[in-house]
Amino acid sequence: MSSNRLTNFLVPVFAVLLGMIAGSIVMLVSGYDPIAGYSALIYGAFGDSYYIGETIRQTTPYILAGLAVAFAFRTGLFNIGVEGQLIVGWLAAVWVGVSFDLPKVIHLPLAILAAAAAGALWAFIPGFLKARFKVHEVIITIMMNYIALHVSNAVIRSVLSDKGFKSAKIHESASLQSEFLQSITDYSTLHYGIIIALIGAVVMWFLLEKTTKGYELRAVGFNQHASQYAGMNVPRNIILAMVISGAFAGVAGAMEGLGTFGNISVKAGFTGVGFDGIAVALLGSNNAFGIILSAFLFGALKVGALEMPSSADVPTELVDIVIALIIFFVASSYLIRLLLSRFQKEGK
Amino acid sequence: MEYVIEMLNIRKVFGNFVANDNITLQVKKGEIHALLGENGAGKSTLMNVLFGLYQPDGGEIRVKGQPVKIANPNVANDLGIGMVHQHFMLVDTFTVTENIILGSEPTKAGKMDIARAEAEVRELSERYGLAVDPTAKISDISVGMQQRVEILKTLYRGADILIFDEPTAVLTPQEIQELIQIMRALVREGKSIILITHKLKEIMEVCDRVTVIRRGKGIGTLNVAETNPNELAALMVGREVHFKTDKKPAQPGKEVLEIQDLVVKDARGVTVVDHLNLTVRAGEIVGIAGVDGNGQTELVEAITGLMKAESGSIKLNGKDIFNLPPRKITEAGIGHIPQDRHKHGLVLDFPIGENMVLQTYYQEPYSKRGILNFKAIYEKARQLIAEFDVRTPDEYTQARALSGGNQQKAIIGREVDRNPDLLIAAQPTRGLDVGAIEFIHKRLIEQRDQGKAVLLVSFELDEVMNVSDRIAVIYEGKIVAIVDPKETTEQELGLLMAGSKQKEAGVSS
Repeated sequence: MSSNRLTNFLVPVFAVLLGMIAGSIVMLVSGYDPIAGYSALIYGAFGDSYYIGETIRQTTPYILAGLAVAFAFRTGLFNIGVEGQLIVGWLAAVWVGVSFDLPKVIHLPLAILAAAAAGALWAFIPGFLKARFKVHEVIITIMMNYIALHVSNAVIRSVLSDKGFKSAKIHESASLQSEFLQSITDYSTLHYGIIIALIGAVVMWFLLEKTTKGYELRAVGFNQHASQYAGMNVPRNIILAMVISGAFAGVAGAMEGLGTFGNISVKAGFTGVGFDGIAVALLGSNNAFGIILSAFLFGALKVGALEMPSSADVPTELVDIVIALIIFFVASSYLIRLLLSRFQKEGK
Repeated sequence: MEYVIEMLNIRKVFGNFVANDNITLQVKKGEIHALLGENGAGKSTLMNVLFGLYQPDGGEIRVKGQPVKIANPNVANDLGIGMVHQHFMLVDTFTVTENIILGSEPTKAGKMDIARAEAEVRELSERYGLAVDPTAKISDISVGMQQRVEILKTLYRGADILIFDEPTAVLTPQEIQELIQIMRALVREGKSIILITHKLKEIMEVCDRVTVIRRGKGIGTLNVAETNPNELAALMVGREVHFKTDKKPAQPGKEVLEIQDLVVKDARGVTVVDHLNLTVRAGEIVGIAGVDGNGQTELVEAITGLMKAESGSIKLNGKDIFNLPPRKITEAGIGHIPQDRHKHGLVLDFPIGENMVLQTYYQEPYSKRGILNFKAIYEKARQLIAEFDVRTPDEYTQARALSGGNQQKAIIGREVDRNPDLLIAAQPTRGLDVGAIEFIHKRLIEQRDQGKAVLLVSFELDEVMNVSDRIAVIYEGKIVAIVDPKETTEQELGLLMAGSKQKEAGVSS
């Protein structure tokens, strides 16, 4: 049992190592120096307090997006719509942030709740369609992403600004930004959102593993027939699972709106955070604690990559290749399990 | 006498578990050799070793006298070993021929030569009396025919040694007889057969020799002509087994379940339960006898709320439960051992312990203010595991990892423990070995003796006749007769089940 758990932990670790090794081969072939490249990457992620602050800031929405994907997955659903739910969450948070003038203890929670509600609503639609008409959630969530993108752009232009490209700044009372955190990290954009993300991970773990509702959600995710036999309301649980997943995604959007940016701009394309959430969940084996670790890795890769062109002449796109390779190796975890069992046998 | 297959002192270990402990199996040319053992005794492991799916940790395999190493199923194929799987490996949307040639398609100028393949399949089918139409689509043919396609697949690949893995589990009585004819034809043509089974009747009928294994150990090989079912059962289980279930006469009390004029339509709108009337009283076991597909499944699903009924009335202890949601029906006092334990009975990915509270997880003490009380859940699980002899490493093991018999015992434990007024047992012993069957029958009778009503649905006539106090024969969605098991015969029941005779239709005596 314990060796099994060890394997489950080792598989993602090996996937990361193999991905980096394969990435260095790609660098060598394209005429770049992998050692310089990775040194720049590591320096750019952890080199000084500013970079560490940026890495943690980038980790924050990744954790929540990963939780959103994982929550749906654990309950038998593929939520490809985290990206769209994140965008509407971002929009809702900023909207509340600019439209009200309230004390912080009310305003900030209200803005975060609005984001969660918007994400939940956006996920309710595919959940309802699946529960009621058996429409596959993957198709609907993908389409909902585009609707979210363009609806939010339209709202920014017509409601949140006067035909401009970005909203006004949110009021201080709705902001997650922290002078204290900025000052200890050499004025990075680090904000209090990371605490919310960590609380989110605990919430997901507790909800799924400890509550009666979580038992039901997991049962429906594994076997709808047995759940029906046991007297559970299968359609209602499908919708609820999707709504909770969407709420996590919406809060991820609030991190960007209330923390990192303090406003929302018209977007030419997707943020990518929602889609990266799929990879984060996969690498974190859909486990709340694993997701914190894998989100941190993705945050470090993304932030560290920015340093690569300037100090090692390696284009940032190479980090995207490394990330893709890591995902490839996680997805082909069978291969790694095989290798691990070989090593274990030889080690005997 | 020359042996075509010799598996000598085969040993296979999974972690700490010894699945095969120095088992020896020797099969002669042209014989039907049974491999007999309880579920989980190691039959499948042994055969998977022979078929190259597992590598043995010890021992030697010889094919036609030559020592061989079977690294994968392709090597097994090349050695002339073919496996007819219990769960068919067929592509539903392909024709019979396309399925048979899959992986070794004959080609002509780079194109698949389907005409030649069809001719070959037809020729093979005729030679062994299989009567398979090579152009039929798999989804259009019966389960029995699909099994013949599996047989043809092995023959097409030139197999001389055929392994049949529990071939009769999915067949109707007629199809079983036809399969026996086919096996005899195969042996006549010089093939050798290994028959994996735990059904003693089949072994007595068709096999030449039998090798018994128990809990991973080889018990011995016997000539079928020199043994009898009782001896085989005792060897397999390790103790005396009683085929006839002892029971006191029933003492029926008040009506527990009353069904009147029940009509159920399936998804296509076809009437599958047709104005059915049935009464089950406290302290009796009513057995529903019938050929599969005569409305049994829908009847049970309508009673338990898994399926909506069209019209009629269903009462439990005088209370209307017609078309209530499953939870309300469960709470009203119905226990249900479902026909398909993997589909309905268990969440296979949950630990066996969590499966023990599948209907009661939201009640105290298992849940308090929305939070699960795992201590109480696993305490209950341990109690049921001990009481119902569920063999599992511990209560945290995934339900999936348990053998079929132990999964079934877990479900029965869970359902009986809720102390329902009516226990519905649909095919409770399907696919189980004699030891488990005996245990389950005892438990059903125990429930009856405690004054509960039991509704037993089974396709096995032996079971219905053995356990029931009254038998209701179902045919095309109607109860066509109610008979006393002590006064009826298999022949009479068979005729009633085939719909050729009507007797006091719909009357509950």
